[in-house]
Amino acid sequence: MTVASAPLRVLIGKVGLDGHDRGVKLVVRALRDAGVEIIYTGLHQTPEQIVSTAIQEDVQAIGLSIHSGAHNSLFPRVLALLKEQGAGDVTLFGGGIIPDDDVPRLKAAGVQMLFRPATPMHDIVDFVKGLRTDR
Amino acid sequence: MSQAGAGRSLKREDAAVMAEQVMAGEIRAVARVITWLEDQQPLGPAVIQQLLLPARRAMVIGITGYPGTGKSTVIDHLITAYRRLGHRVGVLAIDITSPVTGGALLGDRIRMQHHADDPNVYIRSMATRGQQGGLARATRGALQVLEAAAYDVILIETVGVGQNEIDIMQMAHTVVALVAPGLGDDIQAMKAGLLEVADIVVVNKADREGADAAIRDLREWCPHVIRTVAVKGDGIAELIAAIAEHERLKDLAQMPS
Ligand code: B12
Ligand SMILES: Nc1nc2c(ncn2[C@@H]2O[C@H](COP(=O)(O)OP(=O)(O)O)[C@@H](O)[C@H]2O)c(=O)[nH]1
Ligand SMILES: [Mg+2]
Repeated sequence: MTVASAPLRVLIGKVGLDGHDRGVKLVVRALRDAGVEIIYTGLHQTPEQIVSTAIQEDVQAIGLSIHSGAHNSLFPRVLALLKEQGAGDVTLFGGGIIPDDDVPRLKAAGVQMLFRPATPMHDIVDFVKGLRTDR
Repeated sequence: MSQAGAGRSLKREDAAVMAEQVMAGEIRAVARVITWLEDQQPLGPAVIQQLLLPARRAMVIGITGYPGTGKSTVIDHLITAYRRLGHRVGVLAIDITSPVTGGALLGDRIRMQHHADDPNVYIRSMATRGQQGGLARATRGALQVLEAAAYDVILIETVGVGQNEIDIMQMAHTVVALVAPGLGDDIQAMKAGLLEVADIVVVNKADREGADAAIRDLREWCPHVIRTVAVKGDGIAELIAAIAEHERLKDLAQMPS
C-alpha cells in the first residue's frame, strides 16, 4: 500500500550562532541514503524559524545540531513553540556537544534522543527509521 | 490539531472540515493536505474536490533552469519583492528523489529561510518521488491547495534538468528560465529544451564573465532576456516588470472579444 511506503519527512538544521556543520552534513547524507526526505535549513536558524518551517513542511520530526553550548535554552524553546502552535506531535531530537549532565533534563523536557560525538551513523539512521510514519 | 495522526481514519465529513480550514488559510491544514496528496492517501483528492477557488485567481510563475543557475536565490528575492507589494506568496520547490535510495535532500529553502517566519509566506519542498518532467506528482494538487488558500502569487521551482519540462508550461501562467554563464553547454542546450517552455529568459550571475555574450546570443532567440545578479538583488525589479507585462498580455489574449 502506498501509505506504508511513503517516505519520512524530517527537518534538519542548526540553531543559533554556531557554524559547526560537519557532523550535521554527515547526518543529512546518511539519512538521505537511508530513504528519508530531508528538509535542510542550513545554519543560524532561530527556534521560531525552525518551528514555522516544520509546520509548513509538515515533517514528522526535527533534528537539531548544537555545538554552541546553548542547548539548554534552544531545545526547550523549540518544544514550547511546537506545543504553542499545535504541533506537539512532532518528534524533536538532536546532536552535537551536549554534556552528560544535561542529557537527562533535556530528555525529561521532551527531547526524544540526543546523539553526541562519535555516535555511529547507523544508530542515528535506525532511530529515525523507527519513527512513526502514519498521519 | 485534530487531524494529526489520523490521515487514514478520517471520513468524508472531515474532508469538508479540512477544506474549510484550507480556504481559511490555516497553514497546518494546507500543509497536511499537501502531505496526503504526496502520500497518495484518498483523503487528499477528497479535500481537493471540496475546495472552491477564490474569485481573484493567483498569479502562477514557474522558475526553471539547470541546478546551480540560481533559481532558489531568484525566488528568495521575488518573495521579498511581492511581499513589499502586499501579496501573500506561496512557493513549491521541487527537488529530485534519489532513484536508488528513495531519499531526497531538499535544500532549496536554505536560500529562502529569512521568510520562514513571515505568516504570509508559505514554502513547501517537494521531492519528485519518481515522477519525470521536473515536478512531483502532487505538485498540481498542491497548487490547487495554495490557490484555494488565497495566495496571490505562487512560485514553482522545477528540478531544472532541462528535458521534458512541459508540465510547468501547463501549470504556470508565466515560465521563467534561468541560465548562468560559465556552465558549459548550458546555453546551447537551453535553445533545444528550456527555451521552448520559457516566456522570459534570465541570464543570472551576470557578475560573471561571459554574461554579455550569453545575453546577445539569447536575444536572437527570445524577445525577453533579463540580466540579473540574484545574490545582490540586481535585475529583480526588471524581472517583476517583465512577468507583469507577460501576465497582462496573456490576460488580454484570453479576453472574449
Ligand atoms: C572542527 C571544529 C571546529 C571547526 C568547524 C568546521 C565546521 N564547518 O564544522 C572550526 C575551526 C570552524 C571551529 C570553530 C569554533 N569552535 Co569548534 N570544534 C571543532 C571540533 C574540533 C570538531 C567538531 C567536528 O566537526 N566533529 C566531527 C563531527 C562529525 O562530529 P560532530 O559534529 O560531533 O557530530 C556527531 C554528533 O555530535 C552527532 N550530531 C551532530 N549534529 C547532529 C545533528 C543531528 C540531527 C543528529 C541526529 C546528530 C548530530 O552526529 C555526528 C556523528 O557522530 C570540536 C571538538 C570536538 N571534539 O567535537 C570543536 C568544538 C565544537 N568547538 C568549540 C568552540 C568553542 C569553537 C569556537 C567558538 C572557537 C573560537 N573561540 O573561535 C569556534 C566557533 C565557530 C562558530 N562559528 O561556531 C568547542 C565547543 C564548546 C562548547 N560547546 O562547550 C568544541 C567542543 C571544542 C572544545 N572542546 O572546546 N570548530
Ligand atoms: N556569483 C553569483 N552567484 C550566484 C548568483 N545567484 C546565485 N548564486 C549562487 O549560486 C549557487 C546556486 O544558487 P541556487 O539559488 O541554489 O541555485 P538553484 O540550484 O538553481 O536553485 C549559490 O551558491 C548562490 O549563492 C549570482 O547572481 N552571482
Ligand atoms: Mg534550488
